[in-house]
Amino acid sequence: MPIQFILVQNRQGKTRLAKWYVPLDDHDKLAIKEDVHKTTSQRDQRQQSNFVEFRNDMLVYRRYAGLFFCVCVSLTDNFLASLEAMHLFVEVLDTFFGNVCELDLVFNFYKVKSSRDNRGACDELERGDWHFRH
Amino acid sequence: MVVRLKEFIKQIRACKTAADERAVVAKESAAIRTLLKEDSSDHRHTNVAKLLYIHMLGYPAHFGQMECVKLVASPRFADKRLGYLGIMLLLDENQETLTLVTNSLKNDMNHPNMYVIGLALCTLGNISSVAMSRDLCPEVEKLLASSNSYIRKKAALCAIRIIRKVPDLMEVFIPRVRSILGERNHGALLTGLTLIQEMCTLNSAVLTEFRATVPALVKLLKQLITTGYSPEHDVSGITDPFLQVKILRLLRQLGTGDATASEQMNDVLAHVATNTDGSKNVGNAILYETVLTILAIQAEPTLRVLAINILGKFLANKDNNIRYVALQTLIKTIAVDGQAVQRHRATVLECLRDADVSIRRRALELAFALIYPQNVRVMTRELLAFLEVADVEFRAPMVAQICATADRFAPNKRWHLDTLIRVMKLAGNYVREETVAQLVRLATNAPDLQAYGVHKLYWLVKADAAQEGLVHAAVWTMGEFGDVLVSGAGGAAAAAPASGEDQDDEPASGLLTGTPAAAPTEAEVIALLESILIGACSVSAPVAVAIWHFIASGFVSPLL
Repeated sequence: MPIQFILVQNRQGKTRLAKWYVPLDDHDKLAIKEDVHKTTSQRDQRQQSNFVEFRNDMLVYRRYAGLFFCVCVSLTDNFLASLEAMHLFVEVLDTFFGNVCELDLVFNFYKVKSSRDNRGACDELERGDWHFRH
Repeated sequence: MVVRLKEFIKQIRACKTAADERAVVAKESAAIRTLLKEDSSDHRHTNVAKLLYIHMLGYPAHFGQMECVKLVASPRFADKRLGYLGIMLLLDENQETLTLVTNSLKNDMNHPNMYVIGLALCTLGNISSVAMSRDLCPEVEKLLASSNSYIRKKAALCAIRIIRKVPDLMEVFIPRVRSILGERNHGALLTGLTLIQEMCTLNSAVLTEFRATVPALVKLLKQLITTGYSPEHDVSGITDPFLQVKILRLLRQLGTGDATASEQMNDVLAHVATNTDGSKNVGNAILYETVLTILAIQAEPTLRVLAINILGKFLANKDNNIRYVALQTLIKTIAVDGQAVQRHRATVLECLRDADVSIRRRALELAFALIYPQNVRVMTRELLAFLEVADVEFRAPMVAQICATADRFAPNKRWHLDTLIRVMKLAGNYVREETVAQLVRLATNAPDLQAYGVHKLYWLVKADAAQEGLVHAAVWTMGEFGDVLVSGAGGAAAAAPASGEDQDDEPASGLLTGTPAAAPTEAEVIALLESILIGACSVSAPVAVAIWHFIASGFVSPLL
């Protein structure tokens, strides 16, 4: 069900991918990016869960190497399934770029966005299978 | 010379400071603006790409909106792709520039190339406004019936957005939606089901109508579980978990509040719950969705117990996420079926000592919800043990709740008094005024307990006078019932050989000088001294000295 936004940030807080599914002002977006960075970088990976409450919604995040992949969903969603969907997206990126790293995302950001749009347009999950066309 | 995208990104990454980066971006923005004015189509692509990168870094890039619109009108696929991407990033439904795109969208939806149609549907689905939805609705409806599953899939998602923006248009899509359950393609099926789900959420008449599809959904789910390994849809050994979760979600919506529909689902829900492998997160996600569904519909009691047992198993899982999710769900189910949750009380109490603070918080909430008259002693003992080691942020609410619980469920007065005293000893600083008043009231109403209470408080305060609430209560009781203390009557359980006034006066004077006195405490200590004086009829030397000291140091109020 509704995803509010998807954010990929590195450990310094630089945004590598941002996809918003709700209309927001620019300074709102900036405030959210900073907040998300503060929240995720302070959590202890080993001892704490991947879900944290964020402004009336739930932020589902996971750290892959040096990048934090964050998906903001509503509180009534299935968080475990969101985690799986996020993981599937990462695996697709890996298959597409062949052993993906942060630089791949930086230099090919428009391809990453298109790939994301193929997986789930307008805030719903679109396909759970492995075919990646583009 | 137009700077290529890669070069530009390299330049930015080479900047050492934020000021450097701002300078590079400003220079390039100016260059782009000049190039855009020239309006040549050759480098438009590169310029817009650079603009999008600048936008992602957080700098303003709105002057590129018109460029994106122009790109979309170009016949080249790469241009269109970038143009639509730019539109989705730089525009949103509140901007007027969006209406300029409507015509391009309409044309592209009739394009022979399916990827172009896909792009258009995607853009419409992401940022369409009310007006655009109305205009382009017939196109989307036509595409829902396309023979190409790729297009059908995207059209369904687009339709969701349209009916969210303009609920009246739902009627247009209903006839198309009936054939969705016959879909073979998983992608189209997934999005189609989401569309049905959205319709049912927005319109209850549609919901009633779709209840008839429950048997078909049940059959679909069964098929998914029993099929062998399918490499296309497999995730860690489970066939298309996303589709399974989606079907379960829809079943939940259709089954809530309806007995016939719920009955039709019972079998398959039990089947999924018992057959899904819970060792990986994928399996657990499906099990979690099943549990939520079982608890929402009108399920048989055995099924409900099965659901709560699954949650109990989750609680014992090593993975933090799963424990968190289980605790959250259990809190919601207590209201529905408290008995079954009691069985997992021990595990919940264990979670109180978990390493993750949000799990501890949830476990605490759940623990309090689990208390009822029969188990109040055990639970309170555990909770008090936890209070000793609890974080600072937990103490105040915990204290308040323990006192409230003690009040509600106390089996007898002595236990109540004991509990309150113990709470004050452990966390006296967080005790509110009302609680002290409550303790005092309790003591007043139970004459047989006064002696016991007074003795106990006396010894506790003698040992440790740091807890403000405790001192407060102790001083008051000593003041009221000091004669009992002095005469040594009763109080066998307190085991205090209360001999004579000396022992009594010492801590009193100690209190006067030692306590970081708040005014009420002072007044009470003075009252205490008064009663001692009255009761004893003779003032021993140390006490007199102490009192004069006190007056001399100027702390005393006119009371004395």
